[in-house]
Amino acid sequence: MTTTTVLPAHDGLRAALSDSLTMIGRSIRLTRRDVETLVMSIALPLALMALFVYVFGGAIRTGGEYVDYVVPGIILLCAGFGAASTATAVAADMTGGMVDRLRSLPIRSSAVLTGHVVASVARNAVSTAVVIAAAVAMGFRPDAGPVEWLLTAALLLFYVFALSWLAAFLGVLAGSVESANALTFAMVFLPYLSSAFVPTSSMPAVLRAVAEDQPITPVIETARGLLTGTPIGSSAVLAVLWCAGLLLVSVNAASWAFRRRTAS
Amino acid sequence: MIVEVRGLQKSFGDHRVLDGVDLDVAEGTVLALLGPNGAGKTTTVRILTTLTRPDAGTVRIAGHDVVREPEAVRAVISLTGQSAAVDDRQTGRENLVMAGRLAHLGRRGAGRRADELLERFDLAEAGARRVQHWSGGMRRRLDLAMSLVGTPRVVFLDEPTTGLDPASRLTMWDAVAELVTTGTTIVLTTQYLEEADRLADRIVVVDGGRVVASGTADELKTAVGSERLELTFADADVRDRAAGLLGPAAVPDAAGPRLGLPTDGSAAHLHRVLDDLSAAGLGASRVTSTRPTLDDVFLTLTAPAARVLELSR
Repeated sequence: MTTTTVLPAHDGLRAALSDSLTMIGRSIRLTRRDVETLVMSIALPLALMALFVYVFGGAIRTGGEYVDYVVPGIILLCAGFGAASTATAVAADMTGGMVDRLRSLPIRSSAVLTGHVVASVARNAVSTAVVIAAAVAMGFRPDAGPVEWLLTAALLLFYVFALSWLAAFLGVLAGSVESANALTFAMVFLPYLSSAFVPTSSMPAVLRAVAEDQPITPVIETARGLLTGTPIGSSAVLAVLWCAGLLLVSVNAASWAFRRRTAS
Repeated sequence: MIVEVRGLQKSFGDHRVLDGVDLDVAEGTVLALLGPNGAGKTTTVRILTTLTRPDAGTVRIAGHDVVREPEAVRAVISLTGQSAAVDDRQTGRENLVMAGRLAHLGRRGAGRRADELLERFDLAEAGARRVQHWSGGMRRRLDLAMSLVGTPRVVFLDEPTTGLDPASRLTMWDAVAELVTTGTTIVLTTQYLEEADRLADRIVVVDGGRVVASGTADELKTAVGSERLELTFADADVRDRAAGLLGPAAVPDAAGPRLGLPTDGSAAHLHRVLDDLSAAGLGASRVTSTRPTLDDVFLTLTAPAARVLELSR
């Protein structure tokens, strides 16, 4: 397919950037006003943290204060929730008339997904900050310096960015808001099958294999190491590789699914 | 012709939705695609607006091919689909400004255009409120306004008034009629004959993926049947004597003391009929004149064969 006529105003990087910024602004505005989702994506991780720290924590032995152990896991859990709501937002756009409207305009259609993903990262940055503040109030005492904090932030942003693209892909794939919810179940559930809440060494052999070879464990181990000084080992490299791979696959899958769903 | 469609075909799986549709729309006119559910109206609009690829056939909008030059087509068209494509959690103005920014009007230009359109569609007062609190009619008007932000040359409206209450429908019709005065070309789909009759310069009746008739509303009505007089008499006996007087063209009604008579619609013909009757002492108690409505056209052209027979019984 060749495009022979393109209006100058709609050409080039500047227009694509402007379209993306417009859609990012829209998604952030919609997120800010979706109070229920916003509250849930912060309140649920907070409630879980309180549950693990105060209820289960006393019975879990991790070789240190449990709150120091569990916070990185809670942060990733929080990112899972935040990204999951991206899938439902994307699905709502795909099933309502909005995607047709946008696709019949001379704009980059990828701007729609970019808007959702960037808004998701922004939302998660806020909820993560709230979770960390609450964790400190519950006794979380990280011994990280500025460099470790910056590295942690960079890793988490990378992870959330990749996860949000995965959610965007699932949202396009879903076909309805309800099935988008169902598809993101794994994203919300996977942190439980990792080293987020208990060391993998305490799990049965089969489960341990799953927990140790899934993407969330190396990310958690790296974040935990950076914040509280536990050994990181090969986790950092694995975490970056997992996130990069997830991002690469998700961006392409999302673009492919978007074209396929809208061009039948 | 600003819209030229030739031999359009589209199947979804085994189901052939479009089976050789041809259309022409002259610039500045309104074309209504009229047909029952599943006739292929929406698929046609989706192909014309670059959202769906045809299996065969060509579509040119303002000279640009929809398959080979979708970007150029998108620059001159706009689409208002069946479900209002507006964000509930944005205000009316925010929705319009967003559309303006996507049309690359710039920050200030988008704001100006938003205010202008809010005013024009009688939404200025509600403009600062979130759309989730708006009525269905207002949302549709905003939807239409959003599709006009970029000043498109061809506007596609897919069932613009489906599900609206009568008052909102009238307001919507006014909005469309006003749009026509600015020289915009409009292609709309509808199941409502009244809507096609009222808004469209030309009507194309589609059924089963084919064009079954096209023309102006008057042409279609004429094609289906001529005007008739219906005369009511005191009783069946008078009616029968009147039938004898008026000749074989008069058709007695089995259900009551009435008879139908073809007419050319002129006052002279009506005069002659009534004069003849009263001269014979067979005064009619009531006279009505009926023209075939677009409903008759619609049912005759799109009904299954059995129903056509029943209608022409």
